[in-house]
Amino acid sequence: MQLTDTTGSAATTADPGTPADTGRPILDVAALHKSYGALKVLRGIDLAVWPREMVFLIGPSGSGKSTLLRCLNRLEEPSSGSIVVDGIDIMAPGTDLNRVRQRIGMVFQSFNLYPHMTALGNVTLALRKVQGRRRADAEDLGRAVLGRVGLSDKADAYPHALSGGQQQRVAIARALALEPRVMLFDEPTSALDPELVGSVLQVMRNMRESGMTMVVVSHEFGFARAAADRVLFLDTGRVVEQGPPEQIFDAPQEARTRDFVRRITQH
Amino acid sequence: MQTLIDNFFNLEIVVAAWPILLQGFGMTLLLCAVVVPVGLAGGLVVALLSGARSRCLRWIMVGYVDFFRAFPPLVLLIFIYFGFPFAGIDIPEFAAVVLAFLLNSSSYYGEIFRAGIESIGRAQIDAARSTGLTAGQTMRHVILPQAIRNVLPDLIGNTLEVVKLTSIASVVALQELLYMARQAQSVTYNASPIVVAALMYLVLLWPLVRLLSRLEHKTLAGR
Amino acid sequence: MDNFLFSFFNLDVMVRYFPAIVDGFILTTYLGLAVVLTGLGLGLTLALIRSLRWRVVNVLIVIAVDVFRALPPLVIIILFYFALPSAGVTMTGFTATWLSLSLVLAAFSEEIFWAGILAVQKGQWEAARSTGLGLGQTLAYVVLPQAVRLTIPPLVNRAIAITKGTALGSVVAVQEILTQATTAQSFSGNPTPLTLGALAYLILFLPVVIFGRWLETRFAWRR
Repeated sequence: MQLTDTTGSAATTADPGTPADTGRPILDVAALHKSYGALKVLRGIDLAVWPREMVFLIGPSGSGKSTLLRCLNRLEEPSSGSIVVDGIDIMAPGTDLNRVRQRIGMVFQSFNLYPHMTALGNVTLALRKVQGRRRADAEDLGRAVLGRVGLSDKADAYPHALSGGQQQRVAIARALALEPRVMLFDEPTSALDPELVGSVLQVMRNMRESGMTMVVVSHEFGFARAAADRVLFLDTGRVVEQGPPEQIFDAPQEARTRDFVRRITQH
Repeated sequence: MQTLIDNFFNLEIVVAAWPILLQGFGMTLLLCAVVVPVGLAGGLVVALLSGARSRCLRWIMVGYVDFFRAFPPLVLLIFIYFGFPFAGIDIPEFAAVVLAFLLNSSSYYGEIFRAGIESIGRAQIDAARSTGLTAGQTMRHVILPQAIRNVLPDLIGNTLEVVKLTSIASVVALQELLYMARQAQSVTYNASPIVVAALMYLVLLWPLVRLLSRLEHKTLAGR
Repeated sequence: MDNFLFSFFNLDVMVRYFPAIVDGFILTTYLGLAVVLTGLGLGLTLALIRSLRWRVVNVLIVIAVDVFRALPPLVIIILFYFALPSAGVTMTGFTATWLSLSLVLAAFSEEIFWAGILAVQKGQWEAARSTGLGLGQTLAYVVLPQAVRLTIPPLVNRAIAITKGTALGSVVAVQEILTQATTAQSFSGNPTPLTLGALAYLILFLPVVIFGRWLETRFAWRR
C-alpha cells in the first residue's frame, strides 16, 4: 500500500476513514467471473482496495476494466465470485442493493445527468428519495457538495446549460453527496474536450487528498502516474500485473504490460 | 363452451354468410383503393399550399386542416349524405364516402407531408436551385423523396387509420364488410358473421400494425 | 340562397332543438373525458408493466395492443354491443362505446408511452440505480418525466382522434351529439340540427386541436 505520498491535508479532513476500517479493505473482490454467453469478459479477478487508496485500472479496450467496474455495484451482474463492500457481501441473496449502492459512488463516461432537473436537483434526488431527507436539508447538503466541486454558482443551472467539465463535476457531486465509502470512475474524462479535462482531474485530486477511496478506469496516464497509489494492468479479463505507477509505467515486469506501455507512450 | 362456439363461431352460419362477407370485403378493398390515393393526393395538395408564399393562403390551410381534424369523420359523412339532398344535391353513398374521406384524410395526410417537407433543410433547396432546377423540379425530385422517407411511419400509420375508418361507410348503407356482417347478423340472430368480419379486418391489418410498430421503434432508436 | 338558409340555418328549428343538442354536448363531453382518463391510465399502466420485462406478460400485452390497433373502433363497439349479449354479457351503448374507445386509446398510448420509455437512454437508468434509487423510483423520478415530455404531442393528437370516435356511439343509441342531431333532423324534416351538431363538435374539439398544434411547435426542439 502506497500511503506515503498522501499529503498532510488528508489527516485534517478525516472523511470516510474511521479507525475501525483500517484493518480491512473497503472493497474486497475474489474470483470474479463474468461472461456474456460464450464470451468470457472477466476470468477470475482478485482485488482488495484499502481505505484512502486510489487504484487505477488500465488495459487495452476489451480487457474487461469497465465491466469489472460496473460489476462492483452490480450494474452488471457478475457470473460468479464474491464482492464485499465495507464488510457487506453484496452478492449475498437478500442484500438490500439500493442501500449498498449509496456507499458506492459511480461516475460515468457520459455523465448521465438527468436533463429535466437542475444541478441541485440531480444532486438531491437520491438524498430525498433514498435517504428520505427533507427537501431543505437535502438542498443545504447539495449546495455544500456542489461547492466542493467548485460549482456553487451553478446549482440552479440545467445540464444543457453546463459545459462537459461542469456536467461531470455535477455528476461527481451527485455521487459524493451520498457520502460513499468508495468512488468508481468509468473513464470520467474521455467524453470531454481536452481543455475541460483539467477541472475534473483537479476535483479528483482534491477528493484523494481528503481521503476518498477511489477506483478509476481512465486513459489519463499522466494523471495516473502522478496520483495513483496502485495501478492494475488488465488484459483479456485477468489482472496481468499490478504495482505502484513507477513500476507499471517505468519498469513493467510482464511482457504484455511492456507492450501496452510502449504503445501508449509512443504517441 | 359449445354454446360459446354456437354463438360466436357457428360454422353453419359462417358458411352461409361467407359469400356476402366476401362481397363486403371486396367492397372494403375497393373503397380503400379509392380513398387512400385520393386522400394522399389531397394531402399533398394541402401540404404544398401550406408552404405557399402567401401568408393568407397559409392561414387558410391551417384553418382547413384544424377544422377537419376537429370534425368527427362520421359526422362529416352524415352531414354530406343526409344534408346535401336538402341543398338539392343528390349524392350516392359511394360518392358521399369518398368526399368525406377526401376532406378528412387530406387534412391528416397534409399535416404529415408538411412535417416531412419542413424536415428537409434549406441547404437541399439551395443546392438544387443552384444547379438550375426549377422550384417545382426541386420539390419533386429533391425535397419530396427525402420528405416521404422521413415521415414514412406516420404515412403508414395514417393509412392504417383510413382503412379502419372505411367501416363507418356501413352507417350510410354502403355494402362494405361491416355492413354485410351486420346484415347477416340481423338475419341469423347470431354474432358469428361479426366475429368473422373482425377476423377479416385483423388478417388485413395486423401485418400493417406489426410493420408500423417496427418502423416506430427504429425511428426512436435513431434519434 | 334563401332556400339554403331555410334548410341549414332555420332559426325556428334551431331554437326548438337547441336543448337536445346541448344534452348531447354534455353527454359527449362526459363520454370523451371518461375515455381519455381510462385510456391513458390503462395505457400508462400497461407500459409500466411492460418495462418490468416479464416475457410472457409482455407477449400478451403486445398481442392485445396489436389487436386493438388493428380493429376498427366501430367494429369493436358493435362486437361489444351486439355480439357479447350472446355470451350473457350485456352492456348499454354508453358502456360499449366507452369501453371500446378506452381500450383502443389504451393500446395506442401504451405503444407511445413504451416508445418514450425506450427512448430514455440506458445511462439514465444506470445513474439512478447507482445512487441507490429503486426500480419504481427510477421510473417515477428519472425515466417517466423524460418519457412523458417526448410523448405529449403524439398522445394529445391520438387522444383527440380517438375521442372524436364518441360519434360512433350513435350507432348503438348513445344519446350524444350526433344521435340528437340526426333524431332532430328526422323529426323536423330539416337539416338545421345537423348544422347545430356540427357546430357543437367544433366548439368541443377545435380548441383541443389548436392546443395540440401549439404543443407540437413547443416541443419541436426535442426532436
